[in-house]
This record gives sequence, structure tokens and C-alpha cells, in this order.
Amino acid sequence: MKAANSFLSIALTISLLHLAQRVEAQQTSWGDPDLQGRWSNATLTPLQRPAALADKAFFTPEEAREYVSSILNAGDEDERIAAEREAGNPGSYNDAWMDRGNTIVPTLRTSLIVDPPNGRVPPFTAAAQRQFEANMEYGEMHPADTPADRFLTERCLVFGGGAAPMLPEPYNNNYYIVQTPDYVTIMAELNHEVRIIPIDGRPGFPEYVRQWTGDSRGHWEGDTLVVETSNQRPNRHFYGVQMLNSVMSDEFRVVERFTRTAADQIRYQATVHDPEVFTQPWTVEIFMHPQEGPLIEFACHEGNYGMVGILTAAREQERQAAEAADNGRE
Amino acid sequence: MQIRYLSSAGAVLLLIANAHAQSGAEIPRLANGRPDFSGVWQSLTTANWNILTHGASAGPSQYGALLSTPPGIGIVEGNEIPYLPAAAEQQRQNYANRWREDPELKCYMPGVPRANYMPYPFQIFHSPGHMLFAYQFAGAARIINLDEDQPSAIDSWMGISNARWEDDTLVIDVSGFNGQAWLDRAGNHASYALRVTERYTFAGPDAIDYEAELEDPRTFSEPWRMSFRLHRRADRDAHIMEFKCVEFTEDLLYGEYYKRDE
Repeated sequence: MKAANSFLSIALTISLLHLAQRVEAQQTSWGDPDLQGRWSNATLTPLQRPAALADKAFFTPEEAREYVSSILNAGDEDERIAAEREAGNPGSYNDAWMDRGNTIVPTLRTSLIVDPPNGRVPPFTAAAQRQFEANMEYGEMHPADTPADRFLTERCLVFGGGAAPMLPEPYNNNYYIVQTPDYVTIMAELNHEVRIIPIDGRPGFPEYVRQWTGDSRGHWEGDTLVVETSNQRPNRHFYGVQMLNSVMSDEFRVVERFTRTAADQIRYQATVHDPEVFTQPWTVEIFMHPQEGPLIEFACHEGNYGMVGILTAAREQERQAAEAADNGRE
Repeated sequence: MQIRYLSSAGAVLLLIANAHAQSGAEIPRLANGRPDFSGVWQSLTTANWNILTHGASAGPSQYGALLSTPPGIGIVEGNEIPYLPAAAEQQRQNYANRWREDPELKCYMPGVPRANYMPYPFQIFHSPGHMLFAYQFAGAARIINLDEDQPSAIDSWMGISNARWEDDTLVIDVSGFNGQAWLDRAGNHASYALRVTERYTFAGPDAIDYEAELEDPRTFSEPWRMSFRLHRRADRDAHIMEFKCVEFTEDLLYGEYYKRDE
């Protein structure tokens, strides 16, 4: 415990120093800022500020240590799963699968969302709220008629890091960035997504071309890569594990900013605009740190036995319910 | 007068011929002197249908000419694949069942070398010390290790790619396959023991001569080679688009488990 606390103190101090000085950005061989290499955006900071923390935007260093400590030393997932198994629930992922890293953001913010100031996703518009409730109701009635009822992640279509905004996932938060004079390319390990971002000023696709990862165009503003993404396919399961059953309109648009703030850090900011859904835009700030190992192939669709399990289990539940109803009628 | 004019023209022609012979001077290069393979590339062969020379043949009859197999000259040197007897039988079975069993049907990643000769573009992003191949089909991708070889951590569809230079030729060693990809729609195949040695050499600034040697002692009695040309897609604003075919295979793969209306 003591050694872990010392390590956390040192890590926090170093992180704060990185913020205090803007290191001269490294450059590619043709003079653009260099974002290349293997990066991770795993973090223990939640997307939204926990309700209990209300207006508290930043931890003190002491509070940060306690927060991190409490998460890292929390009860073993295996114990919870064993308890649930007793109740007949076969269980899902245990801690062995999770990779949220072991640090919070170096700013010590209590949430990844930095705007609105309460650190939470802004309220829906009235129409979006109605749609959200209708989606939730539909989801209850039709949990798994076909794969279209399931999350995009369960269908192996797109995960949080493969599109904009790049939100951390519970695992495989690893990225590989390669640049050329005309493109910045971000490969996400999860679902082997490659985001290709032209930076040569070419026009975006016409509005009727909709892609699961949208269409991105970038340009440099000083040492910051600014990327605008639109043409997203609206889907009620868009945000994957971070924001389930979300609502999206055709107007959904994200503006991202990537800045190499240190040799071992990229500051990532993303503002989500969807005026038909959110009452105001919202912005996240995440810090990417070096990923030491290689990216491993994530053959999601090729190994998607889960979808078969989900559908057959739903059919079995329906069969049992129908049988019980029949028995009730006799 | 006329003879002098022709001699000058001849001299100019010789100069032009010399310039073309030094192809190293024409190809794009990175700041570190290496050939720059960045760009959108595509094969114009019909190897994805059959890597051996093949005539035209019918597809499912209800789709008429739309899904028929076009004819084409093969890409295999010697036009013969040295299968071991059991592997040859496997290929015949694959061919008989191809409209159900081809992993391309299921939007599975096509593996190497098939990804390079699918009838869709792929894009190479290449900077000093970094290289990434992004294939349009199924969004398959390969990170090419330029600086340091990496062992294969686990069997995969696209293998692990470790590269080295031989003068201006990029040589990529690909291994660590899971043996589940096919080499074409005709059921040609290899096992998890496959090793592919690829060679990429510019043939002028807008074409790459591609060569691959395939070695797999569980499938073939000896190594064999394929070669074809990759062409640069120079159309305006060419870059690959999202081709997430997973969605198009859901009814096929999961349809029997859908809820039925009573």
C-alpha cells in the first residue's frame, strides 16, 4: 500500500510538471507536428462526474491518490461474479479482461467532460428525451429479435475509439498513429478500425453518404491537429459501452483537437455538437500516453460467437415464457 | 540538313531512354531516402476469383451474369500450386462449397496475400519508421514493423508483418496466420503454418511490382510464387472509404436465430 502511494505521488508530480511546461513539439520529416507512434487513452477518470461530487471539478492531489487507491484496491470482480453465480447468473468479464490503466487524468479533473462545467452530458432536448424513452421502451420489449436490436459493439460494427469522439473503452485502448503530408491515420486496436483523416483540403463526402465512423477532414492550426467529423450514421446504440441507448441526429458533428504536449503525451479534446439532441455542445479532454507493446489483431466479427449466444438465449427465454403461459391456461 | 535534324532527335531520344532506365530517380522518396510507398493501390487482375488462369464460369443462376466468374490470366508463376495430396482434396471440397464456405462471403478478413489482389483499393501510409496498410474490404489493416521485428503474439487473420529493405525493394515477412483465410474464391488455401515473403518494388512512380513467395510444409510440397502489378489510383480525391460488410452478412450468419412472428 505504502509503495503504491509513493508511486502515485511521483506519477502525479511528473504529470503536473508536464502540464506546467509545453515541450517543443516534435516534427515529422516534412515539418508537421509529430503525433506518430503507439498510444493509449486508458484512464480511471470517468466520462461523467459522479453525482456525489456535484460541482467539484478537480481533485486535490491527496483526494486523487485516495480515489485511485480505492479503485485499484476495490473488491475483486471475481467475488462479485461468484456471488451472482450462486443466484444463477453465469457472469461476464472479470478483472482479468479490464484495462482502464492505473492513473487518472494528469489535470486531476473528476470527469473527462470539461464542459458543461458540471462535468456531465447536457440534458437532451424535449424531442430527444422522448426518443430516448421510446428507445428504452423498445429495447425492453425487443431485446434481441435480430442483431439490429443489439449494441454496435456486440455486432462488431464500431467501438468507442474507432470513431469521433474517441472515448476510452474498458479494454484495448491502444492506438497507432501514422502521418503523411496529406493524411493523419489513427488505427484503433479495438475492432482494427483505421480512421483516415485527409488534411489536404479535399471536400467531405456528400451528406447522403453515411458511414459508421463518419467522414473526417483535418487541418493543422499551429501545433494542433483539428479534425471535423460528420456524415455519421445515426444509431441509438452509437456510443457503445460509454453511453448506451443514446440518441443521434443527422446533424451530429464532432470537432477534435490533438496536441503533442510532451514527448510522452498527446492532449485530446473533442466537442460533440448535435443541436437536435443536446441542449448544448459538450467537450471531453483526455490525455494519451505511450503504449509500449504492439497492437494485437482484434478479429471481432470473425469470432462473434456472442451474437449467436445472445439470439438463441432470447429465443429460449421466449419459448419458456410461452410454455409457462400455456401451462397457466391449462 | 535532314540528317543533322534526325541526329539531334536521336540524341534527345537517347537521353530520354537513359532517364527512364534509371527508374530510381523517378520514384517518390521519403526524406530518409527510402522509396515512399504511400498512396492508394489496387490490383487489376481477377486473382480474387482464381489465382490460376481461368475461363469464365456461371455463378448462382438467379443472379445471371452479375455474379458469374470473369475470365483471367493467373498470377501464379508456372500456373500450378504444388499441393500435397490431402490439401489438393481440401481445395476441391472448398471449390464445391465456395458459395457457402468462402470467408469473403462472411466479411471475414481476407488474409495475406489475398487482401492485396481483391478488386478493391487499399491505402499505404508510409513515413520514416512507420507503415500502415488499410484495406477497404472489411476494414482489414496491417501494421508493418519497419524498425524492429515482432514475434506473432497470437494466430491472426492478417498475420504479423516484419519488414526489411533490400536496396529499393521492401521485403515483408508475414507469419502467424490462423489458417482460416482462403487465397481466392476458388478455394485455394493454406494452413496456420503459412509464411509469405512479399517483395514490393516500384516500376515507375505509379506502379509496384508485387511478388510473394508462399511456403507451408503442411499444405505444399515446395514453396511457390505469385506476382502481379499494383496500380496507383490517381483519380481525383482517391482514398478508400468505409466498407463495413459485417452488417450485410447478419441475415446469412444469424438468420436462423431471429425471432419469428407467430
